[in-house]
Amino acid sequence: MIPSASDLLVVEDLSKSFTLHLHGGKRLPVVAKVSFAVKRGECVVLGGPSGVGKSSILKIVFGNYLAGAGHIYLSDGERFLDIANATPREVVSARRRLMGYVSQFLRVIPRVSALDIVAAAARDAGLAPGAAKNRAENLLARLNLPERLWTLPPATFSGGEQQRVNIARGFAGEHRLLILDEPTASLDAANREAVVGLIAERRAAGAGFLAIFHDEDVRARVADRVLDVSAFAPREAA
Amino acid sequence: MNSSLLSAEGLSKRYGAVEACKNISFEIQEGEALAIVGESGSGKTTLLHLIAGLMAPHSGRVSYRGRDGVRRDLAEMSEAQRRALMRADWGFVHQDSTKDLRMNVSAGGNIGERLMALGERHYGRIRASAAEWLARVEIAEDRLDDSPLTYSGGMRQRLQIARNLVTSPRLVFMDEPTGGLDVSVQARLLDLIRGLIAEMGLAVVLVTHDLAVARLLSNRILVMKQGEVIESGLTDRVLDDPQAPYTQLLVSSVLAA
Repeated sequence: MIPSASDLLVVEDLSKSFTLHLHGGKRLPVVAKVSFAVKRGECVVLGGPSGVGKSSILKIVFGNYLAGAGHIYLSDGERFLDIANATPREVVSARRRLMGYVSQFLRVIPRVSALDIVAAAARDAGLAPGAAKNRAENLLARLNLPERLWTLPPATFSGGEQQRVNIARGFAGEHRLLILDEPTASLDAANREAVVGLIAERRAAGAGFLAIFHDEDVRARVADRVLDVSAFAPREAA
Repeated sequence: MNSSLLSAEGLSKRYGAVEACKNISFEIQEGEALAIVGESGSGKTTLLHLIAGLMAPHSGRVSYRGRDGVRRDLAEMSEAQRRALMRADWGFVHQDSTKDLRMNVSAGGNIGERLMALGERHYGRIRASAAEWLARVEIAEDRLDDSPLTYSGGMRQRLQIARNLVTSPRLVFMDEPTGGLDVSVQARLLDLIRGLIAEMGLAVVLVTHDLAVARLLSNRILVMKQGEVIESGLTDRVLDDPQAPYTQLLVSSVLAA
């Protein structure tokens, strides 16, 4: 398959298994022959039951898990980089310039303020310190994080508040591709609404999304397509 | 063809019958942070000393591309050249700050000394730089004239960082920079180091046994065991999806890294 100009991400014949060396080398197949594409401005949602490999696919696309086989072509507007076969350096660069990731849980250095965490992500993507701070403030405000919390480290925040810092951090880089792993799971209706708004805005600017949403309402509103990952279940060798 | 800042090729080092490093090769680019992890005795500190020119390998070579763009073999440099490199282009942050700091000289003097070694003679400028760097590492300016003997462990470590960064080096070696400090002090120090690396575009080679520190500070990682690099790659990839049996053991033995 040759990626076309409107393709942002093309995943082709991707397979993954874990080998558990501490458990007698047991092999745990995760997914096999995963193929799909995300176009610019498109939101593709991964569906299927728990344990089917949705999060693993997101992590492989982000370079966090090693691809066993296949290709992950990510466009920078001119060329495609195959994340599945890229050097660590190329992946680091792609994360700065091209793709962001919002995990299910916030993981940060303790004792760093919420605002600094988000601003640092914007600086990593190339923004000057002043502009990065502005964007961070803007995002935290849009996600309804009370201003009195901005200068505090998120460790003592509620789950929902931490998750909003996490989302702000993910959006701060304004990447072409954003990977979201259940970002709205711990949010109330008003904040889910804010996230839906942010997604719509970035899509209008041409960004593509690859996401997991368990929330039916959010999923129905943002997904162009739901891809059932069960279709890529590995066949157990007899 | 080789655009790296520092390049290690086939480094080996023996202590008697013990092979501390076996045929290790890697490169560091400008602005890249590489962590070397492993348990005690894995050879990671020996490797750091080999690439920093503090120890000679039995075989292999280390080369460094200077500010003039010329790549030079460390072993072929004169002692004076190597010293100049260490003063101007490189920094070395030790776990034990007393190895680097001069305890009978004021904090300001400790920072200023590196500048004077580069030829700066203007007292006002030296003092201003020292004060500025003390502030950057979050030490109150009124402690400028105090001896590091009066500093806490965390402050000494920050002073050591200021002393090493005042000359705007391109490459900094760090040996367990947060080791031996209270956990409460470690977090701020890690954030400080991370900020400085990003701000100054520093290349860093970091030796640590703490996988959480490696995750926070590095882009790439080398996992060492008995003198060999058994796995390498993107830091979060190696820690979250380790391939080698030993890396899986290392990662799974840590409490919530």
